[in-house]
Parts: sequence; C-alpha cells; structure tokens
Amino acid sequence: MGTSRAAAILLAKELRLEFRTREILTATVVFVLIVIMLFSYVFEPTAGESRRYGPGLLWISFLFAGSLMLHPSFAREQTNDTLDALRMAPVSPFSILLGKLLANFVFLSITEAVLVPVFAVLYNLSLTGVAGRLAIVLLLGTLGLVTTGTVFSAISAHARMRELLLPLLLLPILAPLLIAAVEATTALFSEQPVLDRTWVPFLLGFDIVFLSASWLLCGFLIEE
Amino acid sequence: MSASDTPSSSGVRVCGVRFENIEKRFGSLIALRGVSADIQPGEFVALLGPNGAGKTTLLRITALLMSPTSGKLRFISARGNADSPDSAPAANGSSPEQTKRLIGMVGHSIFLYDEMSASENLNLFGQLYGLDNLSARVTAALAACGLASRAGSLVRTFSRGMRQRLSIARALLHGPRLLLLDEPAAGLDKQGLEWFGATLSRLRNEGCTVMMSTHARNESLELATRVISLRGGRVEYDTGTGGDPRPRLAALRAEAG
Repeated sequence: MGTSRAAAILLAKELRLEFRTREILTATVVFVLIVIMLFSYVFEPTAGESRRYGPGLLWISFLFAGSLMLHPSFAREQTNDTLDALRMAPVSPFSILLGKLLANFVFLSITEAVLVPVFAVLYNLSLTGVAGRLAIVLLLGTLGLVTTGTVFSAISAHARMRELLLPLLLLPILAPLLIAAVEATTALFSEQPVLDRTWVPFLLGFDIVFLSASWLLCGFLIEE
Repeated sequence: MSASDTPSSSGVRVCGVRFENIEKRFGSLIALRGVSADIQPGEFVALLGPNGAGKTTLLRITALLMSPTSGKLRFISARGNADSPDSAPAANGSSPEQTKRLIGMVGHSIFLYDEMSASENLNLFGQLYGLDNLSARVTAALAACGLASRAGSLVRTFSRGMRQRLSIARALLHGPRLLLLDEPAAGLDKQGLEWFGATLSRLRNEGCTVMMSTHARNESLELATRVISLRGGRVEYDTGTGGDPRPRLAALRAEAG
C-alpha cells in the first residue's frame, strides 16, 4: 500500500478518535483563548503596541497549543499497544508518522482558525488585506511546528517524565522557527504589510529540512 | 472465519520461520541467548517456559516488532498449497511489508482502539492490509467470534473476554499464514475457549503455522505438533519436527499438578 493511502487511512482514524472524544481540541482551544485574553488584559494594547507585541504573543499561544496537543499524539497509542498493531500492518513507518503529522496539522489549524479572529479583535488589529498572506505564514509556521513536534512526540513517548521531556526537547529546536514566524507576522501587521522575503523562505526551508529529516529517520522513530 | 475463506492478502499459502542463533539484549539483561530452531510450514508449536524465559521476546522478534541483537530470522514461504510447501519459495528477499502480510499476532495487549467500535477497529486494520470485500470479511469475522450483535459498540464497553475474542478476530482478519499467539486464552470464558480451540484446529488443518506461548494446562496444547521450552533465554528442549510432543506435555502437566 502506498504511503499516501496509508497516511490517509490513519488520518481518518485520528480525526474520528478526536472528534469522538474531543480530548485534545476542547482543552487546547479553551486554554489558548484564556492565555490570549489574559495577555490582552495585562498589556491593554493600543494598535501600535499590538503591532510590536501581538505577533510574539500569538506565536507563544500557538506554541502552548502545540505543546498541549502534540504530547498525546503518540502517548495515547500506548493504551492497548495500538502502535504495535500499526507497526505490524504492511505499511511504511513514514505513513504512520505522516498520519499523525497531518492530524496534528488539522488540530492546530482549527485552533488557529478560532484564535486569530479573537486575537485581532482583542488587540485592535485588522485582518483585512492581510488574511491571505497571514494564512501563508500560519501554514508554513504550523507545518514546521507540528512536524518537529510530532517527531519529538514519537521520541518522548517511551520515556519516563515524557510530559516534561517533550517541551524540553521541542523548545530549543523550535526557536529559529518561532523567531522567523514572529518576524514574518510582524511584517504583515506593520503599517505597510509585506510578505517578508527573508523569513518566509526561512520558514519554507525549515519545513523542508524537518520533513526530510522525519522521512529519513522515521524507521528509528516508529520502530522499537 | 477461516484461513481458507480469507486467504492471505499476500497470496502465500504456507509460511515457516527459521531462527539462527538469535540473541536479544535489553541493556545488561539478556532475554534470548542463541536461540536456534527451524519451524516448518504448517507446524503447531507450543512455546513453553517459566516467566521471563524469553517467550514473548521471541514472538515479538518473529512479528518484526523488535530486531534481534544478533542472529538471523528467516521466513520460508511458498505460493503452493500446504502439501507442497517447497513449490515456490517467496518470502526470502521479500520486503518487510510483504512479510508482515503473512503474520498475525495476538499479544498480551489487545491491539485495539478503545474509543472505536468493534467493526471500526476491524475495518481500520482491514484497510491497512488492503483487503478486498472488507465489509463482508468484517461481518464474517464478527459473527465468527460471537460479537455480531455488538459490532457498533465501543471496545471500551467490552468485557475482558470479548476484547480478547475481538483481538483474535483482528489477528485473523487478513488470513495470516504464520500465527503468533502470546497467552491467547487469557480472559476467555468456556464458550470463548471452545470457539478459540475450534478456530485453532481449523487453522492447523489448513496449514497455517502457529507458534503459541502458553502454560502447560491450556487445552489447546492438544493441537501442538511440537513443543519448544525456553528457560533463561535458551532452548531447554525441543521435540523437533515430526517428534511426538505428547509425552513431554503429559510430564509438564504432571509437574504442574
């Protein structure tokens, strides 16, 4: 069976499980909404301050959301050893990783779709005219975040203290991505919005490097 | 559900396995110490031994869930029928994906998703094995294991015995030619044991190779054509291909009281 077909089957399984239990999405969306609202009360931002601080706060919220939802990705396969059942099936290890990665991408994208309009209202920022370009930055940043996070979720799933281990492994690796995403988002919310020609290609490069690395290393990640 | 009704998704009819000096270490712990055995296609091997003898590790290595630290594992398969297993060797040199199609395993865990229904679980694994007529296969599998009336119920609502029956149905869904069973009777009630015994008997008659780790009192051991006992990671004794395992089983039962 081809990798894409197997990944699609596993993505459907992940979506079915999540929309049935709502374990990840509900908790994550509520948590990040609280975070973004608390930030807005603390800073009481004007439009100028929002342009400076807003993108950073937005990506910190996405990082919190990612940390919350990426941990259960592989950890919940430990119930009944279902990861072993997937490993015994005649599908490539990359298809298992890709199914998880795509599911995490969908979950984080849904969270962002809820969060960004609320953020725009609370921080007095207009999305008019930048929505399409912001979507590109969000897509590239989210893809990098979930790719890296899914890989480290697989690594940390078998470790003791795994809840602590995942953020510890993830944050240093994600630092360049977060800087690039914040800079690219700041450029979009400036008085003359532009799609930054340094940071957007950097995000694309980060995604390509980590997707390639996950493809090359998936055998070690998914196996024993 | 039977192996003949549901031929292996690989098209292979029989499959044996050869262990060549298999050793497995977990850090300083040595779980297997140079295990060698040649399991012929169609054999029903009872894998016995005390806790910690290495039975589960050997089965997990055979299921390709872990790699041996040293030694070689070879699968011998043929596309002919069980009477002519040498007709067209196929598995040697096959990809891991092709080899996995030959293998079914029932382990200590049930390998099922609690938050999915019985039919959703079987459909998922049937799709991953690329099975034809999946809906009919799933219906037949659920009927065979006595869970047709609970097809739409979530697995988390099942009793221990029902979960085990569904786990066995999952392992048999793709028509494996090498069945690996690790304490498969755990949790089964009298009815479940009867169904399981009849299923194993049919699989043996159809030429399916079976390796079953169990204790000496298990009634399914009557089906065994060979007994391999492990102790401390080594083969303690092996009645061999064509040997009579009954005296050894009788002695073990007497020992167990």
